[in-house]
Formats: sequence, structure tokens, C-alpha cells
Amino acid sequence: MRFYRRDLLDISPVLTEAAGAIVDDSFTRCFKSNSPEPWNWNIYLFPLWCLGVVIRYGLLFPLRFLTLILGWMAFFTAFFPVRFLMNGKNRLKSKIERKLVEMMCSVFVASWTGVIKYHGPRPSSRPYQVFVANHTSMIDFIILEQMTAFAVIMQKHPGWVGFIQKTILESVGCIWFNRNDLKDREVVGRKLRDHVQHPDNNPLLIFPEGTCVNNQYTVMFKKGAFELGCAVCPIAIKYNKIFVDAFWNSKKQSFTMHLVRLMTSWAVVCDVWFLEPQYLREGETAIEFTERVRDMIAARAGLKKVPWDGYLKHNRPSPKHTEEKQRMFAESVLRRLEEN
Amino acid sequence: MGNASSMLTQYDIEEVQEHCSYLFSQQEIVSLYERFCQLDRSAKGFVAEDEFLSIPEYSTNPLSQRLLRMVDGLNFKEFVSFLSTFSARASLQQKIEFIFKVYDIDGKGKVSFKDLVEVLRDLTGSSMSEKQREVLI
Repeated sequence: MRFYRRDLLDISPVLTEAAGAIVDDSFTRCFKSNSPEPWNWNIYLFPLWCLGVVIRYGLLFPLRFLTLILGWMAFFTAFFPVRFLMNGKNRLKSKIERKLVEMMCSVFVASWTGVIKYHGPRPSSRPYQVFVANHTSMIDFIILEQMTAFAVIMQKHPGWVGFIQKTILESVGCIWFNRNDLKDREVVGRKLRDHVQHPDNNPLLIFPEGTCVNNQYTVMFKKGAFELGCAVCPIAIKYNKIFVDAFWNSKKQSFTMHLVRLMTSWAVVCDVWFLEPQYLREGETAIEFTERVRDMIAARAGLKKVPWDGYLKHNRPSPKHTEEKQRMFAESVLRRLEEN
Repeated sequence: MGNASSMLTQYDIEEVQEHCSYLFSQQEIVSLYERFCQLDRSAKGFVAEDEFLSIPEYSTNPLSQRLLRMVDGLNFKEFVSFLSTFSARASLQQKIEFIFKVYDIDGKGKVSFKDLVEVLRDLTGSSMSEKQREVLI
């Protein structure tokens, strides 16, 4: 087929693709929180809604806040003595600290009237296993932690959350990472591997998406958790949006505001499924293994899969993608020229 | 954020529709408004360059920078008008005019040899030498 100059100059496919991305793209869809439909729009629903607001803010919120404060006080009065007075790293100390953390998380869950249904066998504490779950908000961690004290890998946060991370979570075993530091990945990988091998360590919980997603989609899983050479136990978490949208949009809200929103809603209802442990199969690459587990979790929790890296929320895509497109275009042009 | 269409009155929708020569239906304009508000995170009334670039699919497009010069800072009415060229209902004349404007990005009224090479450079990047491009054009 003759190669006309017109073909070279016709940039409409590229432009259409760009316009298509402006109109809708599968990445921003993952972080969209649907605004709740207002149902209080007529004369008898509006007073009902007002009554609801009064109950939620005037009655429920103070009660919940009080529960939380009392819970924290009880926790600290028990935790600090155990932490600093009991010596060494003996088993009893770890056990008590673990139970206290579980109790504190239950207090948190009570403070939002959490109705959580757990399905499947409870996690057991033994080495050579790692747990992975989809991520919607930091409360995912609290919900799971109230059932079993997991060790977790987290991004360091500022403020009071950071303080809690430093003092309390150290006791259940925490690994820190820094999203922005590339070298960090190797170091963290090694720490993960060390952690799963030690039988005394708490089971490790990882959120391979690396960021909070709106509980309707899943972004690509990072393969770090799947290369540790041990069993991967998937956990699927699905929140019921009717009661409250539990998605934490960290760009829009601080964690404190997010908690306040939860505490002024009627309830947080969710389902947690503990799925069958998976192992790397013969001839399967780490990436295929990651995708297979992601399929399982997405299917169980009714989430749609999206082929984007969660970190794109904070960073621009690497110029390699653009370069790849440019290379393909250049090659096809040069090839067609040669054919003439 | 609230229901997007409640912020757009019927009058607004009709005004926007007229501005884009009725190439979009009213429902489409409402959806575009939702999208516009989603992209314009700080509710400034226009979408800034970095907000466009935060769309990964857009950011990896070779002509994204060139298009940005046309689409940066548009208010909603102009945004819809910009996108209306891509509607299936738009005339061939309108589409060709748009492509012309993309080439003639500095608005001189004509497309020069330099413009053609620049666009080809955007499309091929480092996979083609400058010489090859000039020869091609």
C-alpha cells in the first residue's frame, strides 16, 4: 500500500486518544467517591433527616467519642507499665501487648459502630506466610487487627498517627517504608523476608496496592509480597456503601476528619473474607502469581480490575511509556517507507 | 461534592450547548460537567496543566504538551467547545480546522515546515533522528 504523506500528517488517532483520556480514564475512576444521593428532598423526609442529623451528631458522636477516650485511657494505663516495666522480650509481655492492641482496635471499631462479618478460617500465627488485602482506608488495618494482631508494613505518617505508629505498633512488629525512596525497596524486601521466617513474629499483613482505592476497583498489586517464597493468604474486604463510604481519599481529607466522618455516620458495615492460602505454582512468574491472587480478591469482593500502578496517584508516569509509544510510531513509519 | 447537575441550571446547559453548536446532548454536557469538576480539584473554574497531567493516559500521550497549550485554563464552556470537535456529529471541516490548529500552535495562520517537523518530533521522540524527520517531510 502506497505510503502517502497524508498518512504521516494525520494525527487524529493520537488526538482522539488524548481527548478520550480527558473525558474519562480508568485511573481517576478508582479514586472517585460517589457523592451520596440526597433523599431528604421533600416535606416529610426532610424533618426525618434533620432528626437523623441531630441523633448522629448530638447523641451518637459524643457517646462514641467518650467510648474512644475511655478506651484509650484504659489502654495506656495498661500498656505503658507493661512496655516499660516488664523487662526484656519475654513471651508473656508480647502476648499482653498483642491482646491490648487487639482490644484497642475493638474500641475503635465500636466507636464507629462497626458491623463486621468475618468469613473463612481465622489467621493462625505460624511462620512462612504473609497476608495480603485490598486497601480502602487505614481502618482496614484496624478492622483486621481487632481479630488478630498482625504485623504490618506502613508508610510513616505525620501527626498523632505517626506517634501511635512509633510507640504502639512497634510492639506488634512494624516495618517502615518510604514511598519516595527507590533504594528503600531492597531494604524493605530483606526485612520482609526476615520477618516471615521467624516463628515468634506476628503474621505479616501487606496491602499490595500501595495506596487507598475506592472499594470499587483494584489497582495493580506490587509484587514485593509475592516474592518472599512463602504462602500468600488473600483477604478480601468489601464495605457496604449504604451506611457510609469508607474510602479515605487522603488527598481530600486528613485521617482525623475521616474518623470524624465515620463516627458521625450510622454504622460501618463490611464483610471480610479470609481466602485459601496460595502458593507460587510450577512455572508461574511472580507477576502471574500476583495477578492470580488479585483476581481472587477482586472476584470475592466484587471489585473491577484496573491495570494502573497505584503510585501514579502521587507521581507522574515514567517517560518510558511515552518513549515506547514514540518508538512504535517511528518504527511503523520507517517500515512503511522501506516497503515503498 | 453534591449532585453535579444541581449546580448547572437548565439555562447554563442551554448556553453551553449553543456555544458548542449543539454537538453534545444535554445529558452529555451534564456528564462532562461532572468530569470537569472532578479534574478541577481546587474548584477554580478551570483545569490547570498539572491536573491534566495527573491523568496517566493523557500524560503518556505524545501530543499531550501541544494539546495542553490549547486546553489549559479553559472554563467549562470553552472546555466543552474544545471537546465537541471530537464528537461524531462534528463536521469534517471542523475536524480539519482543529488538526490545523494543533500544527499551527502559535496561531500564525499557516503551517510551516518547522511545525511539521515539531509534531513529528513529538510523535517519534528519540527513535528518529532530526535528519530523518526532515527528509520525511
